[in-house]
Amino acid sequence: MATSLDTRTEPGTPVTHRRPGSPGRPRLSRIDMKYSPYLYVAPFFVLFAVFGVYPLVYTLWVSLHEWDLLAQEHPFVGLANYSALLSDSDFWNSVYNTLGIFVLSTVPQLLLALWLANMLNRQLRARTFFRMGVLIPNITSTAAVAIVFGQLFSRDFGLINWVLGFAGVGPIDWNASKLGSWIAISTMVDWRWTGYNALIFLAAMQAIPRDLYESAAIDGARPSRQFWSITVPLLRPTIVFCVIISTIGGLQLFTEPLLFNSGTNAIRGGPLRESQTMTMYMFENAFAPNYNFGYGAAVAWMLFALIVVVAIVNVLIIRRAARSS
Amino acid sequence: MNGGLWKGTRLTYVALLLAGVMSVFPIYWMFVVATRSSDAMGQVPPPVTPGGNLPGNLDRLFANTDAHFLTGMLNSAIVAGSVTVSVVFFSSLAGFAFAKLRFRGSNALLLVIIATMMVPTQLGVIPLYMLMTDLGWNDQLQAVIVPGLVTGFGVFMMRQYASQAVSDELIEAARVDGCGTFRIFRSVVAPALRPAAAVLGLLTFMTTWNDFLWPYAVLNDPENPTVQLSLRALSNGYYQDMSQVFTGTAIATLPLLVVFVIFGRQIIGGIMEGAVKA
Repeated sequence: MATSLDTRTEPGTPVTHRRPGSPGRPRLSRIDMKYSPYLYVAPFFVLFAVFGVYPLVYTLWVSLHEWDLLAQEHPFVGLANYSALLSDSDFWNSVYNTLGIFVLSTVPQLLLALWLANMLNRQLRARTFFRMGVLIPNITSTAAVAIVFGQLFSRDFGLINWVLGFAGVGPIDWNASKLGSWIAISTMVDWRWTGYNALIFLAAMQAIPRDLYESAAIDGARPSRQFWSITVPLLRPTIVFCVIISTIGGLQLFTEPLLFNSGTNAIRGGPLRESQTMTMYMFENAFAPNYNFGYGAAVAWMLFALIVVVAIVNVLIIRRAARSS
Repeated sequence: MNGGLWKGTRLTYVALLLAGVMSVFPIYWMFVVATRSSDAMGQVPPPVTPGGNLPGNLDRLFANTDAHFLTGMLNSAIVAGSVTVSVVFFSSLAGFAFAKLRFRGSNALLLVIIATMMVPTQLGVIPLYMLMTDLGWNDQLQAVIVPGLVTGFGVFMMRQYASQAVSDELIEAARVDGCGTFRIFRSVVAPALRPAAAVLGLLTFMTTWNDFLWPYAVLNDPENPTVQLSLRALSNGYYQDMSQVFTGTAIATLPLLVVFVIFGRQIIGGIMEGAVKA
């Protein structure tokens, strides 16, 4: 007791009110303050370096080699894998499919999300109920969704063909044509992500100051005009964000097309590669049955390049569209 | 923030109800087929009400030697559970450091974290697969657990929340009382972060439970799948017993639906708050 009282009143102790402790305490605490933050953020960086950056960079290295799983040696071949890719019609087919499905899944998705957000951005009863209603597709598992939609789109007993039958449209073999399988796969993606994007748009809409709308209303702007001249331009950063996220996700599409095609042709996206995406083509080459890591890695980098290019193009388009409106 | 500027008209409600029906129908239909006999798929008009065949379908599902469904469920619970605990802990710790501790280079490091959220790391699957082969982790659960133990998204989310939810005075007071930084984290910061940690935990659990691509690449032993791989095995059979397959998808979706029904409000709040700040 006495000692602790003594230390507290010790004249040398600064007014920083340190509790009594061993003389080493202040120093320890300084070390703690200075270095433990690094310790606390380190797990992310270590893990990301090992399982994120290293594989991505190493993919580039592998892609410059003739790298077969079973072979003992992996000779350096420079850009041979890439030049082989450029004249590989199956590769270009997968690029074509990826872009086609990407457009069909992203454009309606974001437009619909914008419209839904505008509906949700009103004084509503049962607000949470409606928000949960639009978000529920997003929480279900992609594999389950792909299986269920595969049946909805089946040729003989699918609900979609059954409903279309009433409109006089004959049974469509969705799996057998490019456009058919693109539409089916895009529908899964649209179904899953529209509500999620709607909530993000809604959050951004709620941050728009109300007096902007009030003064526009006084000037005689109708709601639709207000939507296009106030809401959409002010939402631009959020739209850019959603477009980039959708681009990254949409161009890497894998699970939906894989499960839409069952049997041995699944990884090829159907017997005639109707819906094989680039990620599927990467898998087909890098893993069973080919195990050609070098060629698969080259596909991965081409896909990475495509994602960057499409993201930039998208952002430029949105900028221009927003400026002209 | 109580809704928008305009009143919802009858048309708004109709539109939203329609969107809700479109959202729920495939899930509802999945449960309908799961309770029907296997000829439900060929019936015209298609059945839209539940039947009484669920127990029989469950028996066939659990006995299916291609799918190893129960192993898949258990494995997914282990993987998603451990990833969730770890992501919440490490993201909170790092988020606290970024929001409340001053250290050299913190801004630059935070920018790096935001940038990593934009990098499609899935494209690294080939070297990642080679790495797992070197480690001898192929076909084992740690191959899908360890790479996900902390995420950039988690760190960023917790940082955003910590910077506004924890008062500097409280931290200063704890420091005056002689607390080290970890003690401050444990007794002052962690309790205040609880709401955001709950949302992060829910989102992480759902994402990990649903993960397909990486488990598909690295877990090739059909007897040791995650539940998503079980579903793939189920639906890929030569003879497709659709009521059994749909029972599988329904059971695999059920944990997510339960979580969503109980915590839907928090999940929506988390998504919307994250959107405004991002």
